[in-house]
Amino acid sequence: MRIVHTDQIIQNIKEMCIEANYQLSRDVEDCIRNAFDQEDSVLGKQILGQLGENLDIASKDFIPICQDTGMAVVFLKIGQEVQIDGMNLEEAVNEGIRQGYQKGYLRKSIVSDPFIRTNTKDNTPGVIHYEIVSGDQLEITVSPKGFGSENMSRIYMLKPSDGKEGVINAVLETVKLAGPNACPPIIVGIGIGGSFEKCALLAKKALLRDLNEAHKLDHIRQLEEELLVKINQLRIGPGGFGGRTTALGVNIETYPTHIAGLPVAINICCHVNRHVTRVI
Amino acid sequence: MEKFIHTPLNPEEISELRAGDYVYITGIIYTARDAAHQRMFDTMMDGGQLPFDIKNNMIYYLGPTPEREGQVIGSAGPTTSSRMDKYTPLLLDHGLKGMIGKGKRNDQVIEAIKKNKAVYFVAIGGAGALLSKKIKSSEVIAYDDLGTEAIRKLYVEEFPVIVVIDSQGNNLYEIVLQSC
Ligand code: SF4
Repeated sequence: MRIVHTDQIIQNIKEMCIEANYQLSRDVEDCIRNAFDQEDSVLGKQILGQLGENLDIASKDFIPICQDTGMAVVFLKIGQEVQIDGMNLEEAVNEGIRQGYQKGYLRKSIVSDPFIRTNTKDNTPGVIHYEIVSGDQLEITVSPKGFGSENMSRIYMLKPSDGKEGVINAVLETVKLAGPNACPPIIVGIGIGGSFEKCALLAKKALLRDLNEAHKLDHIRQLEEELLVKINQLRIGPGGFGGRTTALGVNIETYPTHIAGLPVAINICCHVNRHVTRVI
Repeated sequence: MEKFIHTPLNPEEISELRAGDYVYITGIIYTARDAAHQRMFDTMMDGGQLPFDIKNNMIYYLGPTPEREGQVIGSAGPTTSSRMDKYTPLLLDHGLKGMIGKGKRNDQVIEAIKKNKAVYFVAIGGAGALLSKKIKSSEVIAYDDLGTEAIRKLYVEEFPVIVVIDSQGNNLYEIVLQSC
């Protein structure tokens, strides 16, 4: 057994919350800058230029990229040979979020009850997903998720006969409905298969994948490419003001499913697609 | 077209703005988002006094991040406007002239904009660091207990926005989708 102390987890999560909100990952940033070169709409190009400038200001002047610093979604991949010492793991994760949002001057956007809606004032609790894997390492991913785009996400329980066409229609419908609300250019995370909740989780995980990394299955990679072209043909454009850059990327994750079903979840993320991963 | 306007808004100037205009705003604007709207709405329904005079003024749908020492405000971009749709027609009927947010508005809001010759502006979503640079002062003036959702009085200089719905009801989002 390898021992990992919760103090280490707290410290890392704290730093990752801050890092994610001030600096995008290389792939997302490159996509935004490349889109600027390729955009044909005048207003769209102007907006992409400003998004690039925004990223420069964020890292230079220590201002969060976006004021919606999100709900902290945390993925833990825990090796079977890891023993966690110290406090309760869930409390440790939330303590890391608490410290990160406090020390990082990040916005506290969480309310304690969906109806009573009292702000918890420290951005906790986060949404935590645990996975037990082989090995003696602990992989942590922190992904602060903004709700302008989260609110535009959807789930469809399609029929097997709907097939690929059904999935394409569902994605295009979702992107159209999202329109300007999700702060385009967007990144589209799609989960296909599994059960109702599994495909939603797959969609969220799809948003974490590097935009330069194609899916390893050919037919899924082709579907990603086809969807990206079709989404950009909608010409919603940067900010919703028209143009060829509606999405920067489409990532799909799949899972086996039931003979009677074809669940599809579409998790929309804005261009501020934040995620940081560390292995300890 | 590029235009420069000042607050409090001049009704004539506002009625001349057209969907698609790129506008730079200078002057005082007020922030309010979900919870503050709910309170203002309830206050108006009860016949009470709003915490600031909305007549010919402008609301920015914003909940900023906390500022660091030496900064006027933290990250300060727009939030999605449609969540305020329920409250907006009443505010417009009471004299509110402009709103800054992002995303679509419903038919009732568009009607109220036309009726009151108001304007709906959009600021760039996800550019909160850049937009914060245009805010020169910030002060919480009401609903302090709401934290980031409190009402702030901001002084902005050449704050960049785009007219999405003008006083005639023209809607830029619709126009761009029809033109392709
Ligand atoms: S959708 Fe994204 S970019 Fe837009 S306000 Fe929310 S977090 Fe920021």
